[in-house]
Amino acid sequence: MSREMKQKLAFALLTAAAVVVVVPVLLVAGYIIWRGAGAISLEFLLSAPRHGLREGGIFPAAIGTVILTLGTAIVALPLGVGAAIYLSEYARDDLLTRLIRMAIINLAGIPSVVYGLFGLGLFVLFLRCGTSILAGSLTLGLLTLPVVISTAEEAIRAVPQSFRVVSVSLGGTKWQTIRHLVLPNALPGIITGVILGLERAAGETAPILFTVAAVYLPRLPRSIFDQTMALPYHLFVISTQVPGMPMTLQFGTALVLLAFVLSLNAAATIIRSHFRRRRSW
Amino acid sequence: MAIEQQAATQAVPVARRRRLRGETAAEALVRLSGISVIIFVVLVFVFLAREGIPAFFEVEAGNLLGTRWYPTVGRYGLLPLITGSLLVTAGAVLISVPLGLAAAIYMHELAPAWLREILKPLIEILAGIPSVVLGFLGMIAVAPLLREHLNMPTGLSAFAGSVMLAYMALPTIISVSDDAIDAVPRSYRDASLALGANHWQTVCHAVVPAARSGIMVAVMLGIGRAIGETMAVLMVTGNAARMPDGLSALFQPVRTMTATIAAEMGEVANGSVHYHVLFAIGIVLFLITFLVNLLASVLMLRRGTRRDQLLE
Repeated sequence: MSREMKQKLAFALLTAAAVVVVVPVLLVAGYIIWRGAGAISLEFLLSAPRHGLREGGIFPAAIGTVILTLGTAIVALPLGVGAAIYLSEYARDDLLTRLIRMAIINLAGIPSVVYGLFGLGLFVLFLRCGTSILAGSLTLGLLTLPVVISTAEEAIRAVPQSFRVVSVSLGGTKWQTIRHLVLPNALPGIITGVILGLERAAGETAPILFTVAAVYLPRLPRSIFDQTMALPYHLFVISTQVPGMPMTLQFGTALVLLAFVLSLNAAATIIRSHFRRRRSW
Repeated sequence: MAIEQQAATQAVPVARRRRLRGETAAEALVRLSGISVIIFVVLVFVFLAREGIPAFFEVEAGNLLGTRWYPTVGRYGLLPLITGSLLVTAGAVLISVPLGLAAAIYMHELAPAWLREILKPLIEILAGIPSVVLGFLGMIAVAPLLREHLNMPTGLSAFAGSVMLAYMALPTIISVSDDAIDAVPRSYRDASLALGANHWQTVCHAVVPAARSGIMVAVMLGIGRAIGETMAVLMVTGNAARMPDGLSALFQPVRTMTATIAAEMGEVANGSVHYHVLFAIGIVLFLITFLVNLLASVLMLRRGTRRDQLLE
């Protein structure tokens, strides 16, 4: 076989691989929209499940997921941005910094179900939060932390060094420089990172299994010490634990969950590209 | 030293002193958030150990290392779960590594710019699909397909799990290999082309070999992702805790470590033997992913130094 033939064959195989990777993504999205769209109605979105989950809607689960996503942001945002500021502005190249970096890589690699165990052991049992929104948000917040730190650090480092030099030469202190110059300029990047972290947290099931999720709660939670339903867990329950479950409700739930997660992704993409265009450096 | 500092602060005006105090407070706070990451990793390990170590005293080693997982009758053999996880992960790696690497090469070398702008968001979408949604589709669409076409008694099998995991690991493998290929110095490519090699020969014999440590990082991260995945695996592998016997086991139901924890933790009494053993499985998972990620970060570090040497 001539080398031109070999090249043609190889490139055809590479193209085929790309098709095999991408086409299922389109199929998955298309199939869920096709089968799930019929279930979507105001009643489905705004009413609680009935008759052993076999009828009614997903309202408490959807609200629960929104609450947990906000809770995750409240935990992960200050800690993550703080750690990112430390790593990019203060940290020297010493043992402590290397340990922090190793810890971030390690934290990012911990399986989500192990986060669930940890949340159960520390928050639910040891700190006596019980299975609650508080315990679930803390667990999901920790899981999100590595993503928030690494994207926020990248955004902060992208602010040109000359900005800092000018601020300091005008008499600004280090913290003033960070607070009034570095952070505002890094903000779009930081927000993008946080949203990408939340995207992951919103779709997670395993970490909330033993820390917050309830199979069925007709009313909305009243405080952060209450349990809540959540969309990912609801989808798991109605697709594996409830015999005779109508398919439309399953697909409808999958569609709403997918739409929520992907709209977070879209928001992150839009913010990123909007500010990248406006950026003057 | 303390007296000197006091004298210094007394010398500066009040406003400036307040600002300095704010400065120290801010630095202390951000340093603390940095250090908190280390504390969290330690806490994760401490609390897994606190709840899991008792299992090693309550259940004798022979039982834990046995091949039967029947918690209801006190058989806590972890081997079928560990081999189940390894089997499903191995299948996922065999599918996703060649596929991901090829897709990364295609995107980097062949795809026109406009197509790349379409492919990249699609791969991001794949990364964003919640595992429970993939598991749901695996259950109702992929498993029945496998049953019909591969003539299996049930589609819910290790292989179905491997396919789901492969697609979940693909975004990581593609983006990390893409970075690795991108980091190969242009001079390598130019030298190969100048010697008369064509595009494919250059990719195959110059670019990919030069990117291999980065590609190894991609593989390790993919393995880490696959072995820790829970929901999709729980929903599509059929959950039979039995020892895999040879290659045909790939097409039979298995049960992984992650699925066992997720399925059983909700039903055990806190503090029971079964509860402690489930945490012990968590320790095993934590240690495996820790080692895999450690290897990946060592490889990453080595890649960094080699590139520095090239620049000098």
